[in-house]
Amino acid sequence: MKIRAQVAMVLNLDKCIGCHTCSVTCKNVWTSRQGMEYAWFNNVETKPGIGYPKDWENQEHWNGGWKRKKNGKIVPKQGGRWAILANIFANPNLPEIDDYYEPFTFDYEHLQIAPELPTAPVARPLSLVSGRPMDKIEWGPNWEEILGGEFDKRSQDYNFEAVQKDIYGQFENTFMMYLPRLCEHCLNPSCVASCPSGSIYKREEDGIVLIDQDKCRGWRMCVSGCPYKKIYYNWTSGKAEKCIFCYPRIEAGQPTVCSETCVGRIRYLGVLLYDADGIERAASVADPQNLYEAQLGLFLDPNNPEIAAQARADGVPDAWIDAAKRSPTYKMAVEWRIAFPLHPEYRTLPMAWYVPPLSPIQSHANAGAIETVGELPDVRSLRIPVRYLANLLTAGAEAPIITALERMLAMRAHYRQRQLGEGDGQGALAQVGLSVSQVEEMHRYLSIANYEDRFVIPTSHREQAEDAYGLRGSCGFTFGNGCDFGPPHSSLFGGKMGRRTLTPIRPLDT
Amino acid sequence: MLSADYVNTFLFGIYPYLCLAVLLIGSLIRFDREPYTWKSDSSQMLRKGQLRLGSNLFHYGVIIVILGHFVGFLAPHWAVDWALTPAGHQLVAMVVGGIAGLLAIIGLTILLHRRLADPRIRLNSRKWDIAVALLLWLQLALGLLTVPLSAFHMDGALFETLTTYVKGIVTLNGSTSSLMMGVPLVYKLHVLLGFTIFLISPFTRMIHIWSGAGALAYLVRPYQIVRSPRTRARVPVRS
Repeated sequence: MKIRAQVAMVLNLDKCIGCHTCSVTCKNVWTSRQGMEYAWFNNVETKPGIGYPKDWENQEHWNGGWKRKKNGKIVPKQGGRWAILANIFANPNLPEIDDYYEPFTFDYEHLQIAPELPTAPVARPLSLVSGRPMDKIEWGPNWEEILGGEFDKRSQDYNFEAVQKDIYGQFENTFMMYLPRLCEHCLNPSCVASCPSGSIYKREEDGIVLIDQDKCRGWRMCVSGCPYKKIYYNWTSGKAEKCIFCYPRIEAGQPTVCSETCVGRIRYLGVLLYDADGIERAASVADPQNLYEAQLGLFLDPNNPEIAAQARADGVPDAWIDAAKRSPTYKMAVEWRIAFPLHPEYRTLPMAWYVPPLSPIQSHANAGAIETVGELPDVRSLRIPVRYLANLLTAGAEAPIITALERMLAMRAHYRQRQLGEGDGQGALAQVGLSVSQVEEMHRYLSIANYEDRFVIPTSHREQAEDAYGLRGSCGFTFGNGCDFGPPHSSLFGGKMGRRTLTPIRPLDT
Repeated sequence: MLSADYVNTFLFGIYPYLCLAVLLIGSLIRFDREPYTWKSDSSQMLRKGQLRLGSNLFHYGVIIVILGHFVGFLAPHWAVDWALTPAGHQLVAMVVGGIAGLLAIIGLTILLHRRLADPRIRLNSRKWDIAVALLLWLQLALGLLTVPLSAFHMDGALFETLTTYVKGIVTLNGSTSSLMMGVPLVYKLHVLLGFTIFLISPFTRMIHIWSGAGALAYLVRPYQIVRSPRTRARVPVRS
């Protein structure tokens, strides 16, 4: 056994209000740059929907993630080493920028300089790729917001597999939920495995997956290798970029920007100890529906003295083991089993987990009569089909999702009875196998969601990792040589980086 | 006044070394000092379209052509003579090089059309991107022109002269430049343009050829890469 630590994230979808604050603060900090306009390290999708980029979940189309061969070994679904090198000149699985959306701005200047016109002047959209006016904006990063668009398109959603989707096309049966997405910082990342130049790596001390920008050669295999489509090709710099899990903040013990600014307090960050020697075995289990349990089996109990001793022997600092004992992500994923990995069937062992959302009771069939199981409403009568959530979070296995939803309902039933003096609420708890102390803790973490409960992040030991004397007074994040943040400049090598100017066409100006 | 001999010595005896020196030293400096600019500079993401056909035809064709040049010119006599007569050697070079060169130039024509005709790609091209593509097209065309020309000298004598010249360059024997005096113009231009492409390579996207060769290391590395704080390079901070 080789124990490593990772700062993992859990997102409580039950509380996501779809405000996009995470996406916007992330973009402001990390991707408000030329070449990355279309890229959102964090985005929030309305489900059902085909998402961003279009239909990203459908690996029959995109060939991301891993596939298990007949002999039980796993290889990247886009092909093994030889196939990847053979496709290096033209990646057959690479999305085009239009699969995300053509980034645009508007000709705002025209609003100020337009001459007197019979009608109000308009700001036409300008493509940020070509710099030319666009006739029509066809797609955007959030085109399906709050079920925008027709059900026909939305129903292409991959998670409708084995769900009778015709029923959910009817207005009274419509349901929706939000799905904030970021890089999963997987235990078995297929982007790392796909990179011909070996520029992508996982950090041993905190599990963050990064791209070495100086080593990336722009072969683009990571973009197609990642099943979550969370690696973006910067079409100006010619390098791949991805969510860096705000590692400078994590190193300093602060939450990522998306977590820090989350209005709904849905994000949790905490240390998980895992068995690094078991990764390949866990990712190779035969039945995709067992992948969730297999990954869960990798997470180790930090309160077990033997585990703590082994972790210490493997180089995990004491502060990290202490943090693991107080980790909110461990509680939610392992103790309460209410958080799940996103699409475990991709076999990447993702490390941003999700608490499935509750939803209103379906009442169309027998209005007024709520079906119950014991003291709880039947989760199968919830508006969001259990199978839909299972397709999203457990490769279709419904039992773990039902347990999680019932535990969340039991917590509510328990507190409702206590608040209203209707009893001690023990019945509901017994039904889902929770103790009073557990449900009180769940309530504190899920409902109150204090800052210090949500974020338990030990600082990194920078003195081991970096030459702080050399870093002193340096220029922080830059690309290439120099501290220059001014306009892109030419150099002897590589020429000018900014390759386009905006050229609005204003036929009415004459 | 410059004698023809003097010009010939410069162009075929000295210029090649200038070009090779710039190629090697320039690439090294760029790799060491400007790693962020070192990349293949793909535009596939902006438009797939013709790229898949064009790029595959061009790259596979040109790789065969380049390997063919290396093997054809640099293989020592003992490695070839037991199997092929000089004339036979020339015939193999003409057939293999001709077919591969044809595929490459078809591919590059498709790529050039895409780069120039698609506004999205055109507007996002550096001047160098277009210039390099045009130079490579010209070089492929010159190379292909030598195929029918060679068909007039099937004895392998001219081929032998060129081989001796190239071997002379590689073995630092600049005096072989005099061999180029009597060679037809197309061959001379092909050789000069070839060295010129070496000359400009460090300043263009052509450096990705080095990385393409380096990517072969992918075949033998494990899929997963983990960097620990202890082994992570202590990269000096640039100011």
